Amino acid sequence: MSRVRSGYVRPIDFKHGRVDMTHGSGGRAMAQLIEELFLSEFDNEWLRAGNDSARIAMPAGRLVVATDSHVVSPLFFPGGDIGSLAVHGTINDVAMSGAAPLYLAATFVLEEGFPLADLKRIVASMAAASHAAGVPVVTGDTKVVEQGKGDGVFITTTGIGVVPEGIDIAGDRARPGDAILVSGTLGDHGVAIMSLRENLSFETTIESDSAALHGLVAAMVGAVPAIHCLRDPTRGGLATTLNELARQSGCGMVIRERDLPVKREVAAACEFLGLDPLYVANEGKLVAVAPAADAQRLLAAMRDHPLGRYAAIVGEAIEDPMHFVQMETSFGGRRNVDWLTGEQLPRIC
Amino acid sequence: MKYIDEFRDGELARVLAAAIAREARPGASYNLMEFCGGHTHAISRYGIKDLLPANVRMIHGPGCPVCVLPIGRIDNAIELASRPNVILATYADTMRVPASKGLSLMKAKARGADVRMVYSSADALKLARDNPSREVVFFAIGFETTTPPTAVAVREAAAQGLSNFSVFCNHVLTPAAIANILESREVRELGTVPLDGFVGPAHVSTVIGSQPYEYFAEEYQRPVVIAGFEPLDVMQAILMLVRQLNDGRAEVENEFTRAVTREGNVKAKALVAEVFELRRTFEWRGLGEVPYSALRIKEKYRAFDAEARYAIEYRSVPDNKACECGAILRGVKKPTDCKVFGTVCTPENPIGSCMVSSEGACAAHYTYGRFKDVPVVAGNAAP
Repeated sequence: MSRVRSGYVRPIDFKHGRVDMTHGSGGRAMAQLIEELFLSEFDNEWLRAGNDSARIAMPAGRLVVATDSHVVSPLFFPGGDIGSLAVHGTINDVAMSGAAPLYLAATFVLEEGFPLADLKRIVASMAAASHAAGVPVVTGDTKVVEQGKGDGVFITTTGIGVVPEGIDIAGDRARPGDAILVSGTLGDHGVAIMSLRENLSFETTIESDSAALHGLVAAMVGAVPAIHCLRDPTRGGLATTLNELARQSGCGMVIRERDLPVKREVAAACEFLGLDPLYVANEGKLVAVAPAADAQRLLAAMRDHPLGRYAAIVGEAIEDPMHFVQMETSFGGRRNVDWLTGEQLPRIC
Repeated sequence: MKYIDEFRDGELARVLAAAIAREARPGASYNLMEFCGGHTHAISRYGIKDLLPANVRMIHGPGCPVCVLPIGRIDNAIELASRPNVILATYADTMRVPASKGLSLMKAKARGADVRMVYSSADALKLARDNPSREVVFFAIGFETTTPPTAVAVREAAAQGLSNFSVFCNHVLTPAAIANILESREVRELGTVPLDGFVGPAHVSTVIGSQPYEYFAEEYQRPVVIAGFEPLDVMQAILMLVRQLNDGRAEVENEFTRAVTREGNVKAKALVAEVFELRRTFEWRGLGEVPYSALRIKEKYRAFDAEARYAIEYRSVPDNKACECGAILRGVKKPTDCKVFGTVCTPENPIGSCMVSSEGACAAHYTYGRFKDVPVVAGNAAP
């Protein structure tokens, strides 16, 4: 703090203070917020350089870039908050190409009046997630909007990474006969968020599964470089992700209901709320499509990783000119598993 | 999940399917209407049709509260929601029902109307308490299942003197709709809708009991089996109907004994009788004007009746000409008989109400069963 005091600046009151318009004005208040909050939490050489952009060294190879905005409500939820979510979400989008994520950029849109204590908590959580993942936030931006024009804080993160040689993972590569795997239980994040919603709060011990998946992906790619597709089933859940992959790849898919991993508490909450776990968001799970011959090896590699302990083979890709996703129900019938229609759970991430 | 998984057991389903296949007589046909959208949903979601022999045919009935709401009523709700000081509280399903001028409550909301999604009438009451300077109107829809909670809300509002709360009542009655279908020309004169028996409502029956159906069994000689909404309930009810038809019986039987009695929920019925009275007539989508088929708020609670407070005028609006919702709701047509099904009319851009609610026959078929319309696909992954 001596640096601040020597500049004749009074430290920001992170206990009782609130965001005001000056924090986005480009003046001293903004500089101070950047220094005392963002720089202090994210602390790395690129931010310390104090430039408007970060100059980074990239290893040779194919670059991957992904960006994701986070508007989740509520901001804090069991198992995470908007800060950790903003880090995990973008790291996962980069990792789903098989890439190692290297750097993040972050943009904050703050609403006038937002408590600085909450902002500090969010930024600290974001920094912890970034440090744990080994992916630094190297540049960023802050804007403030008038009260009523935002909802506390929105965070956009952009990530870049590099895909190792010999890896070709894309949404259009699923082929009839391929096995479909999921890395763990479905619907945890969406149900954790729903449990806090103002008009339907219910008691639960379910936590969001929010997690950075690049470690799991590295293990999977190491075991089976021939993986065809990876995708994280966030908004719209597994059902929507499978429909995206089927359409992109021009094939159909069949999954088996009895093989889908769903926690008992999540199944119960969905039953009670009239939701289908197939459509509920995940933030720490992935779907993999791989040649059938590699499926068992891939499954073993996933189960060896802490974030893939409950991985399962849940179905396969088939020939289908209509690109339908179908499910064999536990009950013994068969049905379409369609795209999500409308909005099941608004502002889930 | 205890008390749920037992009713979705695949092994038991196969046992029941074998019994139905054994007992359904090869020469005979069994045309059974599931009245409720809840049953329609279960049949599609669990793939129950795959487990039935070809001569046992399920016909979707009109028991989907959102589907039977006519356009004029949605127009009224949009007018209410567009008033500057009104918050319209509604169940989620009604948000996307198409209204006049290409609008829906969802689209009206995007244009500035204050529409809030609630999960219960109690949430609507809370909204009124939390927003004392605004007027909260609860868009009450549904059959006998959702009527008692609306009655409770009206009574509580009265007890608490919550003057900024009112109810736009659109509650409808199941027995009137069943009678309307049985009296229809297609069933009685033309015989274009063969209707041999009913899978009777689940949740509705927990309130009204099994007694009201006795009249249909007796007067129209059609068996009724009240069934729960779980897939095994439906299978068991189908087997019971097949047996009744084989025996030439037309009785009311109760498969859903764990929740339904002959008398129903006496307290709930008393509550409804205290707050509501019969309307002389009410327009249903598909069925048209049906006499004594809906409820309105009694004079005693007039202060909480949005129709009185805002002098709402009902104007009947015809359905889109290409839309077959009417015929589908009467069991005359199947979703795939409709020219716009899956082409112009999809869950994202519904033309008719049957494509909106997950309980609607068109939405259920589109969402769960449309692979069956494509022979090459339907055959592909046969178990």
